[in-house]
Amino acid sequence: MSSYKIIDHEYDVVVLGAGGSGLRAAVGLSEAGLKTACVSKVFPTRSHTSAAQGGISAALGNMGEDDWRWHMYDTVKGADWLGDQDSIEYLCKEAPAAVLELEKYGVPFSRTEEGKIYQRPFGGMTKNYGNETVQRTCAAADRTGHAILHTLYGQALKHNTEFFIEYFALDLIMKDGACKGIIAWNLNDGTIHRFRSHTTIIATGGYGKVYYSATSAHTCTGDGNAMALRAGLPLQDMEFVQFHPTGIYGHGTLISEGVRGEGGYLVNSKGERFMERYAPKAKDLASRDVVSRSIAVEINEGRGIGKEQDHVHLHIDHLDPKVIDERLPGISEASKLFANVDVTKEPIPVVPTVHYNMGGIPTNYKAEVLTLNGSEKTVPGLMAIGEAACVSVHGANRLGSNSLIDLVVFGRAAAKRAAELVKPGMKHDEIDKNETDRCLDRFDKLRNSEGSNPTSELRLSMQKTMQSKCAVFRTEKTLKEGVDEIRKPYDGMDSLSVKDKSLIFNTDLVETLEFDNLIRQAITTMDSAYHRKESRGAHAREDFPKRDDENYMQHTLSWCNGSKTKINYRPVHRSTLTNDVQYFPPQERVY
Amino acid sequence: MVQLNLPANSKVEKGQYYKDKTGSKNIRKINIYRWDPSKNENPRLDTYEVDMDNCSSKVLDVLNKIKNEIDPSIAYRRSCAHGVCGSCAMNMNGKNGLACTKSHSELDGDIDIYPLPHLKVLKDLIGDLSTLYKQYESVEPWLKTSKVNDKENIQSKNDRAKLDGLYECIMCACCSTSCPSYWWNGEKYLGPAVLLQAYRWIIDSRDEDRKERLKKVADELKLYRCHTILNCTNACPKGLNPAKAIAEIKKMLATA
Repeated sequence: MSSYKIIDHEYDVVVLGAGGSGLRAAVGLSEAGLKTACVSKVFPTRSHTSAAQGGISAALGNMGEDDWRWHMYDTVKGADWLGDQDSIEYLCKEAPAAVLELEKYGVPFSRTEEGKIYQRPFGGMTKNYGNETVQRTCAAADRTGHAILHTLYGQALKHNTEFFIEYFALDLIMKDGACKGIIAWNLNDGTIHRFRSHTTIIATGGYGKVYYSATSAHTCTGDGNAMALRAGLPLQDMEFVQFHPTGIYGHGTLISEGVRGEGGYLVNSKGERFMERYAPKAKDLASRDVVSRSIAVEINEGRGIGKEQDHVHLHIDHLDPKVIDERLPGISEASKLFANVDVTKEPIPVVPTVHYNMGGIPTNYKAEVLTLNGSEKTVPGLMAIGEAACVSVHGANRLGSNSLIDLVVFGRAAAKRAAELVKPGMKHDEIDKNETDRCLDRFDKLRNSEGSNPTSELRLSMQKTMQSKCAVFRTEKTLKEGVDEIRKPYDGMDSLSVKDKSLIFNTDLVETLEFDNLIRQAITTMDSAYHRKESRGAHAREDFPKRDDENYMQHTLSWCNGSKTKINYRPVHRSTLTNDVQYFPPQERVY
Repeated sequence: MVQLNLPANSKVEKGQYYKDKTGSKNIRKINIYRWDPSKNENPRLDTYEVDMDNCSSKVLDVLNKIKNEIDPSIAYRRSCAHGVCGSCAMNMNGKNGLACTKSHSELDGDIDIYPLPHLKVLKDLIGDLSTLYKQYESVEPWLKTSKVNDKENIQSKNDRAKLDGLYECIMCACCSTSCPSYWWNGEKYLGPAVLLQAYRWIIDSRDEDRKERLKKVADELKLYRCHTILNCTNACPKGLNPAKAIAEIKKMLATA
């Protein structure tokens, strides 16, 4: 191994990732007086939070009566009873304060006539425990994520958070089962940095790019998830991948659920509003898994639109152009750019597209990372938040607009917990040299790959396998094939080809490191899906069409060493956090 | 003595030519600026023949195709691929824009792709935006309010509408790097992107620091280097109007 110059840093806390959750945590940590580093592979406002459109849920009750308990019930039901109800209680109860705080930070929310935060209807969000639609999703037009991300970056600047931008994190530094920091590669000058910290907070987002067609950014490669796997920790509920019902056909660009919230509706080739058949009450505003499956059935049964009959239409051309202009300007722009459609005159061609990972690094509601050691145990020094984490508040299916609120509520919770655990200026442990060597050996080996398989080919093979074998509907046969096939691109790394050997902005190597991260998550996703022999939320098994609470009201935990996985389970938390609300026992899930 | 030529080591040389290997009948030549900081070589312009029959519609798709299928060493920033993150700003056939929203069918002839103008190049198409980011920080982009209660600020629909056309800025830097004033005085003149951001906070009805904010930008160099050339507004891939925002600041100062 060639020798790398290593630059050492010591921080009370290191936050890895600068999207919505990472920035919110960083703000809280800086406020608490902890010496905080925020490390990100992209400039903060480039993070994928910027792509969130429709809004952020919170029972503010600005547009009619609302109650956080109703929000909790909707989330439990949306999650198909795989969510931990203690965490869901925490999320929904804290949500209103978290949104008001964002407003105080300066988020340019749209407004009601009285000048309050505007709220729109969203899928699965109801009044009085499932009875009628409620307006709970707080919006800044259809650019809510962008508005929140930029505002949070401003707050981080205000609090003098130290940023390490365009640093690519390589691995966690572990010692006796505890996390002691991270090692990262500075793309700007090619140096290697070792950050020692008392707490490391992983906020690296989802891993949508294991699929061929996803609304995810190119950078959504779940780097933190893979770092956890390499540190010998499990990932949870990886089989639950959300397909958003409305990605632009052929391109995958997201068309917000807010479109249906504002009155948009789906039709098939016969011009039928088919959602009325699948969800008589909620119709187009049923939860995302339900709408995506309905579209898939319409297409499979020959009622798709187009030459290949492989998509459906989303109409908003009946809405007042003024409403579209005020509340949905971003999707008008995207539809024009990527589907060449004028939404005031024509429908948007859409198809279910990979959008969100319910699974990730298991945590409790304080954002502390969990593993299984006999029973649930926390991992000292390690936290996870945002899409990288599986708290689990979204269970088997996330409701739209529950993602942005998850970011800020648990970003704040992580900062609070870290401030309890870490006192400014505490002394750092010595780090075993082996940990650094192990990390840099992998880095160096990948960098000097002289084989024949370009990263792009292996990545494409992985993406196509995930797309065809682990899609909206799954069967024993497709998953068994998937379990075998997904290991081929992994094995292909034995003869990997990396052409660029330099260290400054070597994006060939960045993509290779990202692929190494992605493929481990693809394998755990496929294996977790294979082992769950029931249908729940986003995991729809044609051969096991029913939910099986007796055997599977459990979180899947999946460890991955090389291409070998170990699957185990831990029970879903069947109690609430406080007596402010009653536990919601499992029910049949109809919309 | 004024230097009229580029320094010798900045001259862009002719680079490598990558001939099509697919046998496609629909070939387009893509010329891309290349510079590797780890080699002691001049920048060069590499040419790639690309099979356009099997390429999606945007310039970023062309770049991805080249990186995936022809030359993995080429470096550029990219992330969201639909015009919201601002990563893939670059100069295409002489005009700044986002590679992910620019259709290659809108560009004539061979496509020339350069980094954003007048930035220090870090590698290939990746420019150094650190000065712009520092300038952004200098306008204190956060709400200043003394209200500490747990209720939201009330803002009328009209006041909120004043933020439209401003808060949407994705800080891609297409505008600032198209501005000749910013080219000349980039260290001191804040430039259109940052001034638009400054105005976004000045005009926010919830902010209590308007006077101070105005005072801070009222500076010969920071603000008044804008000579209304309007390249900024012409360059903005989001259809925003930084020139108007700057004019509004000037107007507020003149009438204050």
